[in-house]
Amino acid sequence: MSCRECGHTCALGSQHACDQCFGPLEVAYSLPRISRKAIESGPLSMWRYASLLPVPPDVAARPNLDPGWTRLIRADQLAKTLGMRELWIKDERGNPTHSFKDRVVGVALAAALELGFKVLACPSTGNLANAVAAAAARAGIRSVVLIPADLEPQKVLGTAVYGCCLVAVRGSYDDANRLASELADERADWAFVNVNVRPYYAEGSKTIGFEIAEQLGWRLPEQIVVPVASGAQLVKIDKAFGELVSTGLVADSPYRVFGAQASGCNPVATAFRAGEDVVRPVRPATIAKSLAIGNPADGPYVLDVVRRTGGVVADVSDDDLAAAILLLAATEGVFAETAGGVTLAVLRQLLREGQIDPDARTVIINSGDGLKTPDAVAARIAAPEPIPATLEAFEALEPSLRQVTLREAGKL
Amino acid sequence: MTVSVRVPTILRTYTGGVAVVTTQPGTVREVIKNLDADYPGIGGRLIDDSGQLRRFVNVYVGDEDVRLAQGLETDVPAGTQVSVIPAVAGG
Repeated sequence: MSCRECGHTCALGSQHACDQCFGPLEVAYSLPRISRKAIESGPLSMWRYASLLPVPPDVAARPNLDPGWTRLIRADQLAKTLGMRELWIKDERGNPTHSFKDRVVGVALAAALELGFKVLACPSTGNLANAVAAAAARAGIRSVVLIPADLEPQKVLGTAVYGCCLVAVRGSYDDANRLASELADERADWAFVNVNVRPYYAEGSKTIGFEIAEQLGWRLPEQIVVPVASGAQLVKIDKAFGELVSTGLVADSPYRVFGAQASGCNPVATAFRAGEDVVRPVRPATIAKSLAIGNPADGPYVLDVVRRTGGVVADVSDDDLAAAILLLAATEGVFAETAGGVTLAVLRQLLREGQIDPDARTVIINSGDGLKTPDAVAARIAAPEPIPATLEAFEALEPSLRQVTLREAGKL
Repeated sequence: MTVSVRVPTILRTYTGGVAVVTTQPGTVREVIKNLDADYPGIGGRLIDDSGQLRRFVNVYVGDEDVRLAQGLETDVPAGTQVSVIPAVAGG
């Protein structure tokens, strides 16, 4: 493994921080030559890219959730509403537990078993909790999940249902995260997926970038907007694009990476605007709980990627993200979770400000499912008044039934 | 009275494998300096050449992240626990 910060190298294992500078360790491996055809004939899951990941070659044959290969949706109606030429949505609801976290857990699970761990564990804002509990159940191992006590009930239920050991921690995600870091030091056979096996875990997010390029016909997008919580997803998508170019799978073409945060938890956007390369932690206060990481470990690298590619990190209000969820649902039939709302709302804001090119091929990430965060839009949706089951009653109601038009959706 | 410092695994080579050590109170900067006097070299793992906390090091005084307080000048009163934790990604 090698340190991203100082380049120090150490043997492969379960260490995640450099013993010289505390910087994050990455699994260092050389990429094989692989053809598009070999990938295209692989499984319809993220394991079609197994040779580009730190996983055993037979990973797809082992009990796992087979994450990935989610839809890349051409969003023409949304594009029209926004005045864009070509817009795509990478829709991560299609994963087994309905968020991109199944990808990172897929790699972490394989690594944890290879390294001899007995328990799969994590601190989580919810989506990761679901993914860890489900993957551990499928693999037949124990799981321990630490969540902030105020998490949405849907995410609590969607974790507990898999029979895991669920621990609610008083405080924010950052408090649960801190406890996990201390526990990881004390429980030798526990794999905290995003702590002590994080160097493997984080690589799983590369598959979002691989899939986008393959689904675009083996080419890179010109612009991509990615939600930023810890920042790892954005950094790994950029890494994936770089690896596709270096292995000759796609042609080298310029792209710009944009980061999206909620204003109630915007430490990376704040650092971006201030021109700083250190991210000062904040106390999160946003309904976008899956992005509510006040102390984002990959924040400095997000700044590096965004500045290198000519992008922007921006943030939007909770009102704007809720409106964006409704816009996406009404124009494309995609019910995004709050993080997806943040991403679309940032796209809208940057279009208004002229910072995103409406004519460039653009991809936005919807990282999870709106059914997990219904409270974000519940107050904006009127429940229908019941009517008797008669034709007369329906016909009396009918004049008042109205579909939200594209024009109306654009004004949400 | 002293303060206790929780040492992460990757720094326990300096403390002979001990997880919690004690030292004299002061500011966080002083506590780290005291620690370095007892366990030479450990300070340089936490503080960079310009005298700042390395960007992937999190230090807590009790429950408080010192970056949300006064950073290295945060007071560490006698009897409190300081935790040193490598920054980790989220989820």
